[in-house]
Amino acid sequence: MSSNLDLTSGQGCGKPVVIFRDFTFRYRDADEDALRDIDLCFERGGFYLVAGATGSGKTTLLRSMIGLIPHVYEGEYSGEVVVLGKDVRGTQISELARHVGYVFQNPENQIFMFSVERDVAFTLENMGLPPAEIKRRVEWALETTGIKDLRDKAPYELSDGQKQRVAVAGALASEPEILILDEPTSLLDPLTATTVLDFVEGLSKMLNLTVIAVEHRLELLLPKVDFIIALKDGRVVLSGRPRRLFENEVNINRLKAAGIAVPPVVDIYHEVAKRGIKMEKPPMTVDELVSIIKRISPVDR
Amino acid sequence: MSAIEFDHVWYRYSSHQDYALKDVTVTIGKGEIVGVVGPNGAGKTTFAKHINGLLKPDKGLVKVLGRDTKDESVARLSRDVGIIFQNPHHQLFSETVSEEVLFGLKNFDVENPGLVAERVLEDFGLLQYREKPPLSLSGGEKKRLCIASAIAWDPKILVLDEPTVGQDLNNKRQLLDLIVSWSQRGKTAILVSHDMEFLWALNPRILVFSKGRILADGKVDVVFTDEEILHEASLRLPQLAELAAKLGWKNPPRTPSEAAKRILEVKGWPM
Repeated sequence: MSSNLDLTSGQGCGKPVVIFRDFTFRYRDADEDALRDIDLCFERGGFYLVAGATGSGKTTLLRSMIGLIPHVYEGEYSGEVVVLGKDVRGTQISELARHVGYVFQNPENQIFMFSVERDVAFTLENMGLPPAEIKRRVEWALETTGIKDLRDKAPYELSDGQKQRVAVAGALASEPEILILDEPTSLLDPLTATTVLDFVEGLSKMLNLTVIAVEHRLELLLPKVDFIIALKDGRVVLSGRPRRLFENEVNINRLKAAGIAVPPVVDIYHEVAKRGIKMEKPPMTVDELVSIIKRISPVDR
Repeated sequence: MSAIEFDHVWYRYSSHQDYALKDVTVTIGKGEIVGVVGPNGAGKTTFAKHINGLLKPDKGLVKVLGRDTKDESVARLSRDVGIIFQNPHHQLFSETVSEEVLFGLKNFDVENPGLVAERVLEDFGLLQYREKPPLSLSGGEKKRLCIASAIAWDPKILVLDEPTVGQDLNNKRQLLDLIVSWSQRGKTAILVSHDMEFLWALNPRILVFSKGRILADGKVDVVFTDEEILHEASLRLPQLAELAAKLGWKNPPRTPSEAAKRILEVKGWPM
């Protein structure tokens, strides 16, 4: 089973920041496990895409890393989740929140202050930082998310796309080591979504920040991520580096069986390969596919 | 008679200086599938809210099934126009999933509401959650519940704001089939969406909004291959259209298989 690729076995996991060991969780009153036998390792500076059908356990996985599970959502918990060396079960949510930024699926769940600037500053004030430091970080977060113009706006005046950027700014302001994004671009138009993701990718590289994102629009994220983790019915069905995994059509079919849509360019790559045309690594973008097509000649057949 | 008619519609929110809709004129026929696209804040949702009378124009006229929305209550228009908001939290309020679907059915005096609700929940893969609170569902499931609730009373027009958000491959395929069969029954579907790949597969008429105006109106393969329009509207080409543009193909392929065949043909490789 390819669920035992590098991420799950821990091989190739540089400096681990999050480790799941034989982790199983069932929500109270639920009939089935939300996650089952999870072994995963997330390394510092890595950019991870978590994919899967609705109800496959993606959000549960994220909740387990920030302590919402088991401290808020109760249930049967076995195995362990270790974040930055601390067992989540024995660590308070507030302590985890200092190091792990979380952007919810629905930005309205986390924006509640009466101005954008106040909202971005909220966590920092709770952390008890000096005013000058709060100001510096808020400025930086507003600048990097491109929402300086919105600083005095009230949340109800914002469009959903703007709210999403405010939520990202709020999570970044605490300068986390791990940034978790639950469908960060679902309400954004394609270009704004690309801008936000480019920004997150840049941030990940610049700050050596670990980014873990759930996203359904794979075509937007695949070119940027280092690793993909695919979930189905609470289990990891595939994990590893997308370019390597996507070389094998069996893996593509496994993703599809898990309800995950692969970008058209990957399908085209396999359709062409099926006719005996030898190509290099699978493309993640249209530009990559075009350059592959232009390079290969009939003799490669 | 058309399903929806906007005649020089202007609308401004009281808290804003600028108009959200500026001189919007468009006619949508019965049985049409229309994708509404554009950047955040372009007026797409404002446009959608005019269709069920939640908003009424400041200037101009909106007619739905021949009736001026200014003369109709939202409750009466809702019988004919099912609207699914972008954010499911704005419309889920019942104690259980089952009651959520039953609410509209009872309100509109649909016969055998219990049976209808059960069938719809089954169609949407939600039957096992019928006794659960709607807010306990996952994001994607909540969205499906909103769609199921609106479909249940069988309105004539369906307005879906970002229906594919949080939906996986199978849900999207189901949604696509649902919209196509909806339109084949002579019903109208309006989809506000950023999901370019989904719209490309659905192949609807496209309205591009930008800064409160309709920037373009046409078939998906014409509009989504016009790079100037897409740039103006902060959109990206769907991958198959982008591929066609970069390889200089006139007609973009509709499916990855078609694209693969064309690549093989162009390269002179035997199939």
